[in-house]
Amino acid sequence: MSPPPLDPRDRGGKAQPLLAVTGLKKYFHLKSGLLSSAAGVVQSVDGISFTVRKGETLGIVGESGCGKSTTARLLMRLIDPDAGEVIFDGETIGTHDGMSIREMRRNMQMVFQDSYASLNPRLPIEESIAFGPRVHGIPRAAARERARSLLEQVGLDPNLYVRRYPHELSGGQRQRVNIARALALEPRLVIMDEAVSALDKSVEAQVLNLLMDLKTNFGLTYIFISHDLNVVQYMSDRVLVMYLGKLVEIGTVEAIYNRPRHPYTRALLSAMPSMDPARRTTQPPLTGDPPNPINPPSGCRFRTRCAFAEEVCARAEPKLVESDEATLHHVACHMAIPGSGHSAATRGIAEAAAS
Amino acid sequence: MADAAANFVRIAEPLGPATELSVKSRSYWSSVLGKLRRDPVTLTCAGILVLIFLSAIFAPLIIPADPYKTSMIRRLQAVGSPGNLLGTDELGRDMIARLIYGGRLSLLMGTLPVINALLIGGLLGVTAGFLGGRVNMLIMRTIDVFYAFPSVLLAIAISGALGAGLMNSIVALTIVFIPPVARVSEAVTTSVRGLDFVEAARASGARSWTIIRVHILGNVLGPIFIYATGLISVSIILASGLSFLGLGVKPPEPEWGLMLNTLRQSIWVNPVVAALPGTMIFLTSICFNLMSDGLRSAMDVKL
Repeated sequence: MSPPPLDPRDRGGKAQPLLAVTGLKKYFHLKSGLLSSAAGVVQSVDGISFTVRKGETLGIVGESGCGKSTTARLLMRLIDPDAGEVIFDGETIGTHDGMSIREMRRNMQMVFQDSYASLNPRLPIEESIAFGPRVHGIPRAAARERARSLLEQVGLDPNLYVRRYPHELSGGQRQRVNIARALALEPRLVIMDEAVSALDKSVEAQVLNLLMDLKTNFGLTYIFISHDLNVVQYMSDRVLVMYLGKLVEIGTVEAIYNRPRHPYTRALLSAMPSMDPARRTTQPPLTGDPPNPINPPSGCRFRTRCAFAEEVCARAEPKLVESDEATLHHVACHMAIPGSGHSAATRGIAEAAAS
Repeated sequence: MADAAANFVRIAEPLGPATELSVKSRSYWSSVLGKLRRDPVTLTCAGILVLIFLSAIFAPLIIPADPYKTSMIRRLQAVGSPGNLLGTDELGRDMIARLIYGGRLSLLMGTLPVINALLIGGLLGVTAGFLGGRVNMLIMRTIDVFYAFPSVLLAIAISGALGAGLMNSIVALTIVFIPPVARVSEAVTTSVRGLDFVEAARASGARSWTIIRVHILGNVLGPIFIYATGLISVSIILASGLSFLGLGVKPPEPEWGLMLNTLRQSIWVNPVVAALPGTMIFLTSICFNLMSDGLRSAMDVKL
């Protein structure tokens, strides 16, 4: 990890996490009709807590529907959380004495997956990029000047592209414009919600490298959401694994990819395509579909698909416990909690898997 | 990280300026105009409408004849008779003069209710669509009540209640057209609101009004406007219908619907003349319809 450069906007100092999320929760209430009450509750994000340190890239992985994108939208306050606290550089967001949501949105920006839908088809890209600064009171000429310089930063010649419309650009170019748009407010944290997933592989690699360069140039911190484990490994300093709205494991990229502790992470990683023929996948990592998030399983949500599930897994929900301090490794599994009642709790997961 | 780095070889080192050919960027509206220019049907219809509108506006300059001047001797002259090229009506008034002057009221009653409905219904629909939730429910369910009545019946009922007259029939027609305009506006706005660029605009901290002004209106006005253009023909026909029933304009004012009504009795004596006001109504409304279709396909650019 490159040392975070000095930032005049910094408040809490180096040790203060840029973002601290506690107990973030969002339940979606399904309604069946006009007068009926809730027909079901989707526990989309169920009490997750994590921190993002200054200058790092936190990768978030998980199957589709596990709440990755909802988490991103909750952080941006595009949807209102049911519970939870988000602290940006020491200031609680959305409270009276903390940081206003508008202020937070100047510090935190997001790049969406669909490069086409996230640009207004009726506006030249220059206007799309300049919109954010304009909203925050920057005069039109200065905002346009910023748009031009950002286009240059993302590798698009402003003289050729400023007056173009989104439909005149390729997917990769559009995503560059979206990145420029996100950077136009000079944010400190950028959330990439599957930002490169829709691009083809060669373009994806170019955009990933661009993101790496921008991170150094602008002193950015990233939250990088993807279902592509290779991309996350390439980009991230730390990785957060989600399953059905719960955080199951978090740690440095080396810890998660080399010493995964949670059975779900292990399954996920063994499903990862490898370039090495000696390491090809031999057995199906996971069977069945993820359970319905409307009525998730009791206790540990992964137990219905877990090879090590025991009686305790249905009874109690495993807490997120530290498993290795050096790698900031935390895991939510009964096998990692000594004395939890799981037969493998004392031996550890690696042994249980080996036997 | 080693094998990950191997998977992601830096393919393109720092990206130089794009080398592809510079294409002259065409804005949305210029591409729409370009399409319209190659659409003879829409152009013809637009031309006819411009002629009808201009002749109605400048009627006194074009037509020396007085549309109110009756003549007992020259009643129901045939088309092509000297002095009255399109004949005369049952009171001997010149048909050309009456048709052209009649366009003033008919076009007014065709466009004004639609413009009013566009403003009111559009505002309601965009508000409902953008805000969603309870506001949407309140506005749209109220609008739905008006759908319980067929539009012709509703127009007749409102005009009947308000009393005959030009202003009252315009009010009645406006009320008839608000619900469909509001419904279309709501549907388009709802679909645009869900797109990522609106989310991105919200994420940049913009206020609702700014988002509506910059990002929503530009994307919804086109479809709403096209729909409203199609309504003008309906409005002209409904307005003529109201006049025909004696609920709109009163005689001796020239108005296509009213003329159709009074000439009705002469249909056996001089069918061609009796059909002329109907022809004007038909011509105007079909031109509006075809033009609206043309605009729709020209504006439906896959961006």
